[in-house]
Amino acid sequence: MPKVTVDGQEIEVPNGATVLQACELAGKEIPRFCYHERLSIAGNCRMCLVEVKPGPPKPQASCALPATDGQEIRTDTDMVKTAREGVMEFLLINHPLDCPICDQGGECDLQDQSMMYGRGATRYEENKRAVTEKYMGPLIKTIMTRCIHCTRCVRFSEEIAGVDEIGAIYRGEDMQITTYLEQAASHELSANVIDLCPVGALTSRPYAFEARPWELKKTWSIDVSDAVGANIRLDSRGREVMRALPRINDAVNEEWLSDKGRYQVDGLSRRRLDKVYIRKDGKLVPAEWNEAFAAIAAANPKGSIAAVAGDLVDCETMFAAKALLGALGSDHLEGRQTGLDYDCSNLAAVNFNSTFEGIENADAILIVGSQVRWEAALVNVRLRKAAKRGAKIFVVGPQWDTTYPATFLGEDAAVLHDLPQAITEAFSKAERPAVIVGGGGLAKGALHPALAFAEQFNLVREGWNGFNVLHMAASRMGGLMLGYAQKGGIGNIAKAKPNVLISLGADELDYGAFADSLKVYIGHHGDAGAHAADIILPGASYAEKDGTYVNTEGRVQFAEKAVFAPGDAREDWTILRAMADALDVSVGFDSFAELQSAMIAAVPALGEEGLADFGQLPNADASIRASGAISYPIADFYMTNVVARASATMQRCSSELLHHDDLKEAAE
Amino acid sequence: MADRSLAPDTPELRERWGGFAFTEANKAHADKVIARYPDGRQKSAVMPLLDLAQRQVGAETDTQGWLPLPVIEYVAAYLDVPVIRVLEVATFYFMYNLRPVGKYHVQVCGTTPCMLRGSDAIMEACKARGMKKGAVSEDGLWTLTEVECMGSCATAPMVQINDGNYEDLTPERLDAVLDALAAGKDPKEGTQEPGRHTSEPSGGPTTLKEMVSENHDYRSQW
Ligand code: SF4
Ligand code: FES
Ligand code: FES
Repeated sequence: MPKVTVDGQEIEVPNGATVLQACELAGKEIPRFCYHERLSIAGNCRMCLVEVKPGPPKPQASCALPATDGQEIRTDTDMVKTAREGVMEFLLINHPLDCPICDQGGECDLQDQSMMYGRGATRYEENKRAVTEKYMGPLIKTIMTRCIHCTRCVRFSEEIAGVDEIGAIYRGEDMQITTYLEQAASHELSANVIDLCPVGALTSRPYAFEARPWELKKTWSIDVSDAVGANIRLDSRGREVMRALPRINDAVNEEWLSDKGRYQVDGLSRRRLDKVYIRKDGKLVPAEWNEAFAAIAAANPKGSIAAVAGDLVDCETMFAAKALLGALGSDHLEGRQTGLDYDCSNLAAVNFNSTFEGIENADAILIVGSQVRWEAALVNVRLRKAAKRGAKIFVVGPQWDTTYPATFLGEDAAVLHDLPQAITEAFSKAERPAVIVGGGGLAKGALHPALAFAEQFNLVREGWNGFNVLHMAASRMGGLMLGYAQKGGIGNIAKAKPNVLISLGADELDYGAFADSLKVYIGHHGDAGAHAADIILPGASYAEKDGTYVNTEGRVQFAEKAVFAPGDAREDWTILRAMADALDVSVGFDSFAELQSAMIAAVPALGEEGLADFGQLPNADASIRASGAISYPIADFYMTNVVARASATMQRCSSELLHHDDLKEAAE
Repeated sequence: MADRSLAPDTPELRERWGGFAFTEANKAHADKVIARYPDGRQKSAVMPLLDLAQRQVGAETDTQGWLPLPVIEYVAAYLDVPVIRVLEVATFYFMYNLRPVGKYHVQVCGTTPCMLRGSDAIMEACKARGMKKGAVSEDGLWTLTEVECMGSCATAPMVQINDGNYEDLTPERLDAVLDALAAGKDPKEGTQEPGRHTSEPSGGPTTLKEMVSENHDYRSQW
């Protein structure tokens, strides 16, 4: 480990560190534009200049200089300051000083750093360069004159997303950032370049001119658009969520967020259920809470009630419903709306045990029935890293564009019982082999065959657990921990013909199977569930309530309430609590805190943020065979949940990027 | 610097060049170039292949050649590289023409040494013959471009026409070269100064004089 001195302070830095990293370790802030921890080093902005001895007697770009033993680094000399001021002056030569009308204002690296290194006035008297706007799709707005050519956006799409679509064409002063022929950037992570762009060249199109950063309230939340549980920050003004941004969590989302998680938030203020409705003569008419509760009581729910959890609900809501059902003498709980009935007797077998960080180190990966890009875009980023480190990746299921080299083994799940030689070879040699079973695989009975595969190739070994199930619903793991899984799945519940069916935002459910039940929908959007319901009780979305979520790794995370629910809508647990009163039973809690402690008492793992421990994998049941052609459940990445379906931005993405409708560009 | 921009992507362009493919001979050459690079690094062949494609376009159109978008796409597909990466290369280097050019692409150097030695007059001489910067002349023969230093400063001023350099120019010498080209002849490349061979000092050598005609051992004089 090299020892260097930074401004006279001696420190030891890890092998392979750069001078910039050494300075940071010493607590010195180094201004930078092109350098980014998670991207390759470009060294083209020159803002990070420092003085280094031994070396040439001129400032050096610290981001691209390896730290070596005995270096004397100075970040505080006059030479450094003047050099950086010079760089800044050059950068500002062609930068339009349009901060007052720029959406990046207030959170702009260039603005911030020019406070430190900028001159008060320009000495440049020639004409400034102007660059035409480049169309990059419905999410990214470009004002290319502001671009400082740091190439972060180019490196992101090539290295992280694995979709080479942004590039720098022409050269020198004429260099321009664009997509090929200005085609829309169309992958699931495209909008991350907006966060990466250190200036206002790439900004958010849906959020254009909506708000200034300093007028927003920032709330820490969890993304519910998939089962990754990306850490997000909801920025709200008044009652409206203005935008969602990723928070840094190396274990989960690093600092990325899928486009859906980021842009579905405008769906939070559209198609909302903000009143109680009761179906009378086939029509839903507005009603009062009492009326609704009375109607539920009249349906005689005692002993004959079931609850189905939707994909977006938090653990507290599910626990409150479970408590209510328990008080009414029923345990008909289910969350797997689409009819999956895989074995949940051991949660380790339905968990992503390698963890997201861990899967990066796998050296052989078998994916069974998962279109990972759409089902968990951020996990695909990890798989890409694994592939870059040399992992061999195999996929069972229909072809999809993986962004890394992968071998497709056909669509038939039965291949698990008749492994091609390439697999047996790769897996018997692998040090950290892993299998990932997705929803498409679970539907074809691949769970136990995958467990058998894990046994055969020793996927669980010292310091490594390579058995993974990749879920798609934010509520899934929490639901499974709370017992929202019946033997026989939803079909079994339908067979029991409950008098009352409580739907906790279940919109993917086939309500036809519950024709004789009184269908009570507690949810926030007028979508499939609300259409089928007999009674609608308006609930709160993920942005409008505190709640615990468990991601597909079994990571317990807590989200905070950002805004109030609209109209008469209430936080879900209060609705269930009031319903308990109306039905004359006791659920044992009167406040959210009491509810939480009851929940934690019942499932202690939910009380601790971080990975839950599900213990050992069960033994495979060799009699269960996987068979049939796998199909992926997601038909449209942008339309997978009620919030996204209500979102104008997501609709636009869907029609423009997936269905290639030419959208009313002109009408805007 | 010359203005550079891509030829617009029109249906006509697609129609004319959409079916572009290397000729048998060029294919063989392309594959030979690709084989020079180690496995997995085939994309390194992008520059020679773009050049080859430009020359084929040139042969088909009887010009120096250029790179229409469909041709760039063809090269990208040939190397299995994302097309934006190929476009980056094609737009970066001036030797790739992004717009149609004439039969002779006259690139006049205007950088300081050439400028001091009279490149302005060379430029004027070109214009006097009806050439316009960045445009193909009416007879389809000429395209004029002003470029930066071509590394021939010792024999400034100079122009590069297609694959040849013509150096030590005066307007008259340039006219002679251009006339010869227009007449389908093959004028001598390199310096146009009588008596000069390459870039040796004009007016004869000033050092190492004894070495001019035969080898001479200077070591005893050190
Ligand atoms: S658009 Fe932004 S991120 Fe991309 S090169 Fe320009 S300044 Fe950098
Ligand atoms: S941050 Fe070092 S050169 Fe850009
Ligand atoms: S300046 Fe003209 S060739 Fe160098």
